[in-house]
Amino acid sequence: MTTTPLSARQIGRRRRNEALRRTWAEFRSHRSGLVGLVVLGGFILVALLAPVLADSDGLSVTRATGGVLEGPSAEFPLGTDDNGRSVLTLLIWGARISLFVGLLATAISMVIGTLVGLTSGFFEGWPGRILFRLTEWFLVIPFLPLALVLASVLGRSLLNIALVIGVASWPGTALLIRSQTLSIKERPYLDRARVLGAGRWHLMSRHVLPNVMPMVFANTTLTVAIAILTETTLSFLGLGDPTRVSWGSMLDDAFTVGAMTTGAWWFIVPPGVCVVLVVLSFTLVGQALEEVVNPRLRRR
Amino acid sequence: MTGVEESTASLEARGVVVEFATRGGTIARALDGVDLTVGRGEIVAVVGESGSGKTTLARTLLALERPVAGSVLVGGTPLPHGTAALRAFRRTVQMVLQDASGSLNPRQTVYESVAEGIRLHRLAGDEPGTTEADLVAGALSDAGLRPPEQFYLRYPHELSGGQRQRVLISGALALRPQLLVADEPVSSLDASIRGEILALLLRLRDELGLGVLVITHDLGLAWNIADRIAVMYLGRVVEAGTTEEVLQAPQHPYTQALLSVVPETRRLEPVVLTGEVPDPTNIPSGCRFRPRCPAYADGAPDGEAARAGVAEACRTVPLEVLPAHSSDAGRDHLVACHLRRPGARLDTTPSAVGGSSPN
Amino acid sequence: MGALLEVRDLTVSYRTNEGPVPALRGVDLTVEAGEVLGVAGESGCGKSTLASTVLRLQPKDATVGGEVLVNGSDVLTLGWGDLRALRWAEASIVFQGALHSLNPVRRIRDQIAEPILVHDPGTSDDEVERRVGELLEQVGLPRARSRAYPHQLSGGQRQRVMIAMALACRPKLVVADEPTTALDVMVQAQILDLLGGLVRDLDLGMVLISHDLSVLSEVCDRVVVMYAGRVVELGAAAEVFDDPLHPYAQALTGAFPRIGDPRARYAPAGLAGDPPDLRTLPDGCSFAPRCPKAVDACRTAEPPLVTPPGAAPGRRAACIRAGEPA
Repeated sequence: MTTTPLSARQIGRRRRNEALRRTWAEFRSHRSGLVGLVVLGGFILVALLAPVLADSDGLSVTRATGGVLEGPSAEFPLGTDDNGRSVLTLLIWGARISLFVGLLATAISMVIGTLVGLTSGFFEGWPGRILFRLTEWFLVIPFLPLALVLASVLGRSLLNIALVIGVASWPGTALLIRSQTLSIKERPYLDRARVLGAGRWHLMSRHVLPNVMPMVFANTTLTVAIAILTETTLSFLGLGDPTRVSWGSMLDDAFTVGAMTTGAWWFIVPPGVCVVLVVLSFTLVGQALEEVVNPRLRRR
Repeated sequence: MTGVEESTASLEARGVVVEFATRGGTIARALDGVDLTVGRGEIVAVVGESGSGKTTLARTLLALERPVAGSVLVGGTPLPHGTAALRAFRRTVQMVLQDASGSLNPRQTVYESVAEGIRLHRLAGDEPGTTEADLVAGALSDAGLRPPEQFYLRYPHELSGGQRQRVLISGALALRPQLLVADEPVSSLDASIRGEILALLLRLRDELGLGVLVITHDLGLAWNIADRIAVMYLGRVVEAGTTEEVLQAPQHPYTQALLSVVPETRRLEPVVLTGEVPDPTNIPSGCRFRPRCPAYADGAPDGEAARAGVAEACRTVPLEVLPAHSSDAGRDHLVACHLRRPGARLDTTPSAVGGSSPN
Repeated sequence: MGALLEVRDLTVSYRTNEGPVPALRGVDLTVEAGEVLGVAGESGCGKSTLASTVLRLQPKDATVGGEVLVNGSDVLTLGWGDLRALRWAEASIVFQGALHSLNPVRRIRDQIAEPILVHDPGTSDDEVERRVGELLEQVGLPRARSRAYPHQLSGGQRQRVMIAMALACRPKLVVADEPTTALDVMVQAQILDLLGGLVRDLDLGMVLISHDLSVLSEVCDRVVVMYAGRVVELGAAAEVFDDPLHPYAQALTGAFPRIGDPRARYAPAGLAGDPPDLRTLPDGCSFAPRCPKAVDACRTAEPPLVTPPGAAPGRRAACIRAGEPA
């Protein structure tokens, strides 16, 4: 018998690095996905560096230095809002909140969706059926009204907003994961694992989940886009956290003070453009990832 | 080679019946009572066309399908229920599934695939020579993948068909089973690779005392490696015996027809049966092979069955399930055919059903 | 006018990211009317490339050299109009995998009628109906099956439909690429019977491609054995099967044992090593790395396809050791 210089752990690490490298090489060949990633990276950087880029004092209504709805100037590159705050400062800090809520909501949605989808696909008996019915039930409830009702019941805080969006948006993910699970469940390698003595937990964690995960991952980026849009919508409808500034609450403010009619475009356009850009880049990255992980979509 | 049963008989099917519900709501009887035994150190081939139930039999023996009647016994004890109880049984009986490319998780390396069983059964130790990597390396070399390190990090799609089949075999061997069920182990492989895999099965039997049940449609393969053969048709074993008996002096008209269309056996006049194996939702009355049987010949008065006076029985009397071994020691060649039952008047005129005498 | 099909020094290579990969490396063949030529070989030997190139159906990234003459006209240089006329009407192909080659949402009748209508758009409905029925009967299917969809047919029946389609425009040459792969032995025997009968009745020329030399020995008049894009042995089917000259052909015939042969009992024959990697073919004989009889001289030059000393006329082998006493 030959002894090997490699331990199992080293082998695992080498394999993972190899897989990552390959995925990245594949991703790089999608130009649109790369553009999305760069734009996204910019926004995340801005959100992370918000305290450096703009003084948080600029968010305070009482300490505002500008006039009401001033147009862009050297001091306020994007003008001021109805309270005399710099729109640029609001925008930078708003990126934090919007991205945070978007990502947290997505995480909640993904966890619920993946768990429900995986179990409802994997267990054929009554647990699976009940979960599937539950998914369908949530799916037919119109998303926005559900979010509205939940938001008004739970109260207006940042965490609640994320929770609301997460709870309202998981059924789509669950259905996707369920269909993937059903198809993977029929693969011969699951039979092989069963013959080797694998139980349900092993089958799920070692065979189904790793093969579903790339799908989940690609889907995540698409869900983030929806979550950010929903956060914007809820804030715009006045259900956001009143103590924080997000792109959605900016749009809400702008709308209430009639920025549209008074021609204060600098108050409306920047947050709107930011939302569109972030959503678009998440979608581009998501689509590229989906093609990377799902070879059937790959064009030859 | 001893085809005779010993007390250590390891894997046994007793009157196994497996049913599936079809989309239309009807019940398909994939296995309709099967008795079969594979002992340690013995190679048994189950042959038949697709639709004969041979793959279902393999899956049932491995507890992947649950019989509605009958039982599967390992070392004389019935298969347990439940994953944990089954796990111990899995160490004794392993399987190599039909589709070598689909049976490996595309996201697992060769190392992980082979190590899977070792991890599930916690077989690895800390002593040098018993670590996980040592066991994997040993299993890979046993299956002829040498040097094993060279294959560790490969993914299934980077392997040739023969190599994938070897990875599957080594994954099963890593558990040191006493019995191996191989479902069409070489049907997807190139002819020149085929011999190597078959030789491997023979070697494992000789070196490790492995009992092997080979599921195949290929009679040549059975001639190459099997000690005994069971011929299946529509969910039943219709003929069983030693390889020499079944292939050189076939008794059942179905076996005779199967044998006659193997291109290599030119000495036989080909008896090409019409149609294909009927679907198991609607098993013919009497003898299940009757509609295609050249001896019954659609009930023709000059057919062999009619001349032997069993045509009526072919139509109406169901045949009994062939036992895994005959009670009559030394006579293990069994056949489920009305023509071969004591009451039939066997005429001696040579006919298509007469078969060929050995040599 | 020469033979029905004449392939002269055909070379095909595929362009890939890692450089050109040779699939065929100088193949010569002839097929006469009423003759079945078998082509045997395993994955990577180039037999499927050969099948598609005969009708110029090779993929776009293939570079082709040499000549393929069907009834005297070179398929590789024909104009598109002439090529279309030649496909189906002069020569047609039965692909492997009948399940995937038939359109699942169209009735059998429409699929068989398609080549007829493409070649003769003026054909009346009655005439098409009559011809489809005739073709189905020719391949042993009842006329009534023309209304069926592919999924309503068994594997053997689908393969019969594929054969009927190939015969639709009364071609003189039929190329059958693994027509019995994935079929049960009994159905395989049925299809082989059918093909043999068609060749006799219609005086077709046929190229029958298979990985199974024993299948070919049943129905073919002559066979060629291919390895790594070259013909390594050629001769009358029965002779090649009974007494192969090339070590590779010997391994292939050994892989399918004769039932009852005591030498094959508990002794499966096979070759060590993997099928050839066409990207990195060795110098000299491409079979040498797996050859049990290879000597140093085998690794210097590729052996020519010649009649070895002592062999019957018409037999050829590309092996410098062929014809040596065993």
